[in-house]
Amino acid sequence: MKNRSFIARNPSILVFLACLGLFTVAVTIASEGFGLGLISTSFVKTLGKTLCLCLVAVAMDLIWGYCGILSLGHFAFFGLGGYMIGMWLMYERTRLIVTESMAAQQIPPTPQEVIDSIGTQIFGVVGSSEFPLIWSFAHSLTLQLILVVAVPGLLALVFGWLAFRSRVTGVYLSILTQAMTLALALYLFQNDSGLRGNNGLSGLQNLPGVTASQDVVSIWFLWASALALGLGYLLAAFVVSGKFGSVIRGIRDNEARVRFLGYSVETYKLAMFTLTACIAGIAGALYYPQAGIINPAEIAPIASIYLAVWVAIGGRGRLYGAVIGAALVSLVSTYFTGGQAPDIPLGFYTISWVDWWTVLLGLTFVLVTLFAPKGIGGLFDLVTARLPSNRHGADYGPDAGAKREEEGQ
Amino acid sequence: MSTLLEVNGISVTFDGYKAIRNLSFNIGEAELRAIIGPNGAGKTTFMDIVTGKTKPDEGKVIWGEMSRNLVGMNEAKIAQAGIGRKFQKPTVFEDQSVRENLTMALQNKRGWSSVLFWKPSKADQNRVVELAAEIGLSGELERTSGELSHGQKQWLEIGMLLAQEPRLLLVDEPAAGMTLAEREHTTDILKEAAKTRAVVVVEHDMEFVRRLECKVTVLHEGSVLAEGSLDHVTSNPEVIEVYLGR
Repeated sequence: MKNRSFIARNPSILVFLACLGLFTVAVTIASEGFGLGLISTSFVKTLGKTLCLCLVAVAMDLIWGYCGILSLGHFAFFGLGGYMIGMWLMYERTRLIVTESMAAQQIPPTPQEVIDSIGTQIFGVVGSSEFPLIWSFAHSLTLQLILVVAVPGLLALVFGWLAFRSRVTGVYLSILTQAMTLALALYLFQNDSGLRGNNGLSGLQNLPGVTASQDVVSIWFLWASALALGLGYLLAAFVVSGKFGSVIRGIRDNEARVRFLGYSVETYKLAMFTLTACIAGIAGALYYPQAGIINPAEIAPIASIYLAVWVAIGGRGRLYGAVIGAALVSLVSTYFTGGQAPDIPLGFYTISWVDWWTVLLGLTFVLVTLFAPKGIGGLFDLVTARLPSNRHGADYGPDAGAKREEEGQ
Repeated sequence: MSTLLEVNGISVTFDGYKAIRNLSFNIGEAELRAIIGPNGAGKTTFMDIVTGKTKPDEGKVIWGEMSRNLVGMNEAKIAQAGIGRKFQKPTVFEDQSVRENLTMALQNKRGWSSVLFWKPSKADQNRVVELAAEIGLSGELERTSGELSHGQKQWLEIGMLLAQEPRLLLVDEPAAGMTLAEREHTTDILKEAAKTRAVVVVEHDMEFVRRLECKVTVLHEGSVLAEGSLDHVTSNPEVIEVYLGR
């Protein structure tokens, strides 16, 4: 019975993929671009972006829920993925515009003149016209697509190697990852960082050479995001099933024991950290063309903390929990911060949700941690009638990131 | 009997306190050995040093035919070289089933890429069933190991050690907290294991050591005080003074 395919052993994967497929078809039919026009294009984009956030939440659940590493820096990888695809989008679109406008000139422009002109267009806002070295590959979609995975992956590899090799664990590692994302954000805020400082990259929703309207493009991105989430979920489910999953859950609960079994804990952590960074990069590369703009504020430390909150609310250590948490919290967040929620007048004070949403979210987080540690995903245990654990107050292992008694079943 | 492990002039100091001072002794190829000694004699520190958890200030730990020095190797490398360790408290992966625990310990490649694509062969599955029978957990394979009784967890951990197929087994107080029947079963498992490999048992309980019927090393203040049969060491006046006399 152990040799059945891993999908047969995890029927929840099929349920998830079916739900995702149904959702995508339903949104497509109801959209303005292809169907009935029940859902506005901007909401289709919101849903597409939500799918990307679900994907990065899956990555977060892999590294935190399964491997026990509370990384508070995965939004840095998400943002880097966005920057990498944004460079090509911006370069190529500017190139098309520049070539078109120069075509009217009497003397055809030299290739150098075209490049200089693109540079002036892109970097004019930061008072420069030179292409920085990091834009060397921006002319090629293929190369930038490789960088979407390679840049976050490489950063994670180097950072993880340094951190794990020195056996930094627990809260110290979390602080270190926060420092990493803060340092990256501060660097990118500088005008001479080569990525347009706090202006960031913009106009990313316009695909170069595509004449289709945003109504249609938004649906393409919805499909691409759904496909990426489906594949990412499959990959994650494959990774956590079988012996590899056993080993990383072992690392989460009792790192020393895994070491004495002869597994190189550092290598496993590094592999997981790098893999999840790559997934986060892909999610970011699909998110920012739908958002239209990326700037360094996106990778501020708070974003990575939100990510952990989503996973905690959804239920750590189960992949669908992470997806549900990310989808629910980010959609509710859009509702509240988008000004759609009605304010509550109290007479002496008016509760404006745009300001009070974070308070509500923080409160929810505290309440979930205290009273429903299994998160929203724990509701599924009621259906399958799994009993709560009674371990007399003992967690599943001695490590800080170990599965807690309350999270078990 | 050829030597499997040679501990040679090991010393280690914690914050000025000499936990181990110039400790030397040998363990043979297929030998059962008990290490006894009062609290603070350095029994657990000795295990930490052999398994790579603690680095000694000086001395060598020579291993196997190739006479490799284990000092300076990391825990995983030492475990792969063939040294298994059982902790004082039963440490199994409580969130996972007995089968998963044993499968993880099986003697297979430990690299992340081979583990990711690893599929259990018929032989692997049989070995897990066989081990479960050996440790008396045949009926519990699919149970979450966190639900097992204290004694069963101890056996599961011994089972995981056997699955690793180590050439040297270091066992820290295996009988702690066990009932009499469980102790007897544990003695049998250890004696059986020692037929094909070296087993070192650290133990407080004299009765348990007596039942093992093996050579005994007495540690005191970080070095060897006496060595020989249990009767021999218990009649040694120095041993009576520092350990049994209390």
